[in-house]
Amino acid sequence: MVDISKDKFEIIGANASESQSIVRPSISYWQDAWRRLKMNKVAMASLVFLIFLVLMAIFGPYMRPFDYAHQDLFNTNKPFSKVHWFGTDYLGRDLFVRVWMGARVSLFIGVTIAFLDAVIGVTYGGIAGYFGGQVDNIMMRIVDILYGIPYLILVILLMVVMGQGLWTIITAMVMTGWVGMARIVRGQVLQLKEQEFVLAAKTLGASPGRIILRHLIPNALGPIIVSMTFDVPNAIFSEAFLSYIGLGIRAPLASWGTLANDATQVLLMYPMQLFIPGFFISVTMLAFNMLGDGLRDALDPRLRR
Amino acid sequence: MLNYSLKRFVYMLITIWVIVTLTFFLMHMIPGDPFTSEKKVPEQIRQNMLAKYHLDKPLIVQYGYYLNNLIHGDLGISLKYLNRTVDDIIKQSAPASFQLGIQSIILGVIFGLLFGIIAALKRGGGWDYFSMFLAIIGISVPNFIIATLLQLLLASKLRWLPVSGWGSFKYTILPSIALSFSTLSIISRMMRTSMLDVIGQDYIKTAKAKGLSQLQIIWKHMVRNAIMPVVTVLGPLIAGIVTGTFVIEQIFSIPGLGKFFVQSIYDEDYSMILGTTIFYSVILVVMMFLVDIAYGLIDPRVRLAKGGK
Amino acid sequence: MGDREVLLDVQNLEYSFDTYAGEVKAVRDVSFQVMKGESLAIVGESGCGKSVTMQAVMRLNPEPPGRFKAGKIIFDGREISKFSERQMQSIRGSEIGMIFQDPMTSLNPTMTIGKQIAEVILKHQKVSKAEAMKRAKEMLDVVGIPNADRRINQYPHEFSGGMRQRAMIAIALACRPKLLIADEPTTALDVTIQAQILDLMKDLQREFNTSIIMITHDLGVVADIAERIIVMYAGKIIETGTSDEIFKHPQHPYTWGLLKSVPRLDAQNKEKLVPIVGTPPDLFAPPVGCPFAARCNYAMKICYEAQPEYTNETDSHKVACWLKHPYAPKVKNPFEKEAYTSEG
Ligand SMILES: Nc1ncnc2c1ncn2[C@@H]1O[C@H](COP(=O)(O)OP(=O)(O)O)[C@@H](O)[C@H]1O
Ligand code: SF4
Ligand SMILES: [Mg+2]
Repeated sequence: MVDISKDKFEIIGANASESQSIVRPSISYWQDAWRRLKMNKVAMASLVFLIFLVLMAIFGPYMRPFDYAHQDLFNTNKPFSKVHWFGTDYLGRDLFVRVWMGARVSLFIGVTIAFLDAVIGVTYGGIAGYFGGQVDNIMMRIVDILYGIPYLILVILLMVVMGQGLWTIITAMVMTGWVGMARIVRGQVLQLKEQEFVLAAKTLGASPGRIILRHLIPNALGPIIVSMTFDVPNAIFSEAFLSYIGLGIRAPLASWGTLANDATQVLLMYPMQLFIPGFFISVTMLAFNMLGDGLRDALDPRLRR
Repeated sequence: MLNYSLKRFVYMLITIWVIVTLTFFLMHMIPGDPFTSEKKVPEQIRQNMLAKYHLDKPLIVQYGYYLNNLIHGDLGISLKYLNRTVDDIIKQSAPASFQLGIQSIILGVIFGLLFGIIAALKRGGGWDYFSMFLAIIGISVPNFIIATLLQLLLASKLRWLPVSGWGSFKYTILPSIALSFSTLSIISRMMRTSMLDVIGQDYIKTAKAKGLSQLQIIWKHMVRNAIMPVVTVLGPLIAGIVTGTFVIEQIFSIPGLGKFFVQSIYDEDYSMILGTTIFYSVILVVMMFLVDIAYGLIDPRVRLAKGGK
Repeated sequence: MGDREVLLDVQNLEYSFDTYAGEVKAVRDVSFQVMKGESLAIVGESGCGKSVTMQAVMRLNPEPPGRFKAGKIIFDGREISKFSERQMQSIRGSEIGMIFQDPMTSLNPTMTIGKQIAEVILKHQKVSKAEAMKRAKEMLDVVGIPNADRRINQYPHEFSGGMRQRAMIAIALACRPKLLIADEPTTALDVTIQAQILDLMKDLQREFNTSIIMITHDLGVVADIAERIIVMYAGKIIETGTSDEIFKHPQHPYTWGLLKSVPRLDAQNKEKLVPIVGTPPDLFAPPVGCPFAARCNYAMKICYEAQPEYTNETDSHKVACWLKHPYAPKVKNPFEKEAYTSEG
């Protein structure tokens, strides 16, 4: 037991050393977000995988001495081997090389679309949110109506009219894809523009363009980045779907979707030719989605559950 | 509610009008008229077509005729099957797609909700991991891969179900499962999140403090509230199911509209593509409208919004 | 209070939460009684375990993460801490009613007010749906909601905050419970509405002869409703006494701090409000000594080393503070001075 001696009854007051206030070093928003992201193992694994994927998309096609478009009709539908690591397709093209060429195309499409969606969506949403009132009203009514148009159907229609090809697919998907971003940015800007630093900038006579670019967008960057991270896999997914139904990239260029489409020719005999691109699509989708979840938790602590 | 429905209805009409107009002008961006793009159209028929569709008139007049035709449900004539109108083809093939779509939606919604509810109530348990696993598959694996896997495994290998074709109910099982997969997984994931959110709400504590049993609380207070956010994504999910039929019907050789649609892309059968596009768009826009109304009906905050009483 | 019967007897209650970060010892060795017809207030800063204590009595917390570690709860002669979940269900809502802090979130947004009141009646009494609705309507009248006929079919979002809290009271009292637990019933409301709700509760208590346990972090609120007050800090009761004893002769430095930090409706002197510096201790690892020591201006060495025992000032007035020990230096009680010199 504690001994209760008289000398212990001397008033020493509130004890600072016992006080539980731990002073935390104040770190910036981005450092803090990065620290949180690093603690998320799944998100970090996804990030590492995606970096690997990008590296393979750049260097993979040079790892084997085959051209992605070279047909070899004496060596069609070969299984995995020392020569053809992933085998060959129905035209005798090396699938290892084609998978990484496909990665180039699919990633390029995904990233480009996410980027263009962001550029258009941020501009549009930024303007609507900043000016508010009637401008916002009209601009958002337009977005509402565009939002109501079935996305893939419109893309299909545009593809049919514009003809197939890498840039048509990108154009078609961007024409319909930016509205989601516009909505997010508008919401953010509406919240931010009432805050003091924006009012201060306004009083100092900064132009609307400058305020949107220097003050509003940087502060809305978190949600924008998260949304872009989800845009990439969605674009890859849609492209794979379009290519699978024959509306994608023109041969001999190939995306993962085209590879899957090519595989349907010989599906019952050689299902592996479908499952290889299918596997890469799936893992990439998963990685982007997991990274997106992680980024959302890291960048927007309010949304954490 | 009336106000709300009316507003939604007007939106729907505007959206349809935008789609139709867009389609019309896009159609006219294709070089030549729709009937010269394929050489196989005989000159005689071509002349008839041009006259019938007034393609020799100014664009704006054509637009008028076009709208008029649409309102009367005339979507034109297939360039591939010259003796058949697009309406005919749709009428003949849509029922199979329709059955497939409905079955998939029911499957996806019911099991999605069920899995989501159970996963949330037994958080961290086996069911939770199972539904998490389903969700991961659902968001990452394209449906054409899932469909092919099911086909190879359950039909080709195990011979439990027919590989492809259309006929009795058992032909519909695999394609419905494949088609409902992403809907099921997305709904179960959303429902789980939403349930967990509701479980932590104060009114659940109130319900418990009233002495209600766990089952009464789940049924009367949790599910009803948790379902709300799920209903809002139903529109896009239905759209996903509809576009999903394009590949699923292809894979399972189902003589539905989706298969015809994809075939018409291969065949460059423009009038079929455009007619079908409009048909699909209208169906989807109407579906979204119905989903919005349904949402209004279950959420009193929307139902009773100004002008509702 | 001596001649009244005991309604609720809480003995040595310990309640914890098992979180991934460790055990949160939210309630530590709490004992108190509530008499029939009595109104008791539990006060303390937020986070000190008031809600958890009452939710432990009702067993409202999901377990896990909650855990009933030790103690006995006797309600109306029955040891309800031994009750099964099913037995508890028959007590909740019928014999013990509860009102929560935020009327905005405590009502189900997708169910009409009428149904929410009728639900508790249907659960505990053998009546038809129509009869339950009729009683729900009567309850709305009782709690002072006009136009009950129309109001009964409305949803919570059509009610103002004060009206919702009235509806909550209607739910809690619909089955005429013997005990009403009100967890910060006025905290989320405007000051004028607060007074109305408090008046309503006082009236209804008299009318139904219900015992009330009123939880609040605002001493001003309890001054005229509570007969007896319990002061909690860091999961423990540090002082308890009648309303007079706590307001006129407070003994614990934390109680002094509380009294100085809240505006009092009855205070004539316009003294400056002094907030208590610092925050309550971490309940993962509560301090070995007096939990208030780190923030106490009178803290002594002993306070950091051992928990003070309870000292009885009077039969009803108990306090846990080393200043009461015979070895302790005599310190001036800031409130005694006020009570005896300025008023007396
Ligand atoms: N579900 C829970 N899980 C973990 N800790 C909890 C939980 N509920 C309450 N606590 C902790 O218990 C302590 C007491 O909370 P509470 O009784 O709500 O305080 P108050 O006195 O404000 O009502 C707080 O420190 C709180 O963090
Ligand atoms: S026991 Fe010591 S630290 Fe605690 S209140 Fe009393 S004097 Fe202050
Ligand atoms: Mg509380």
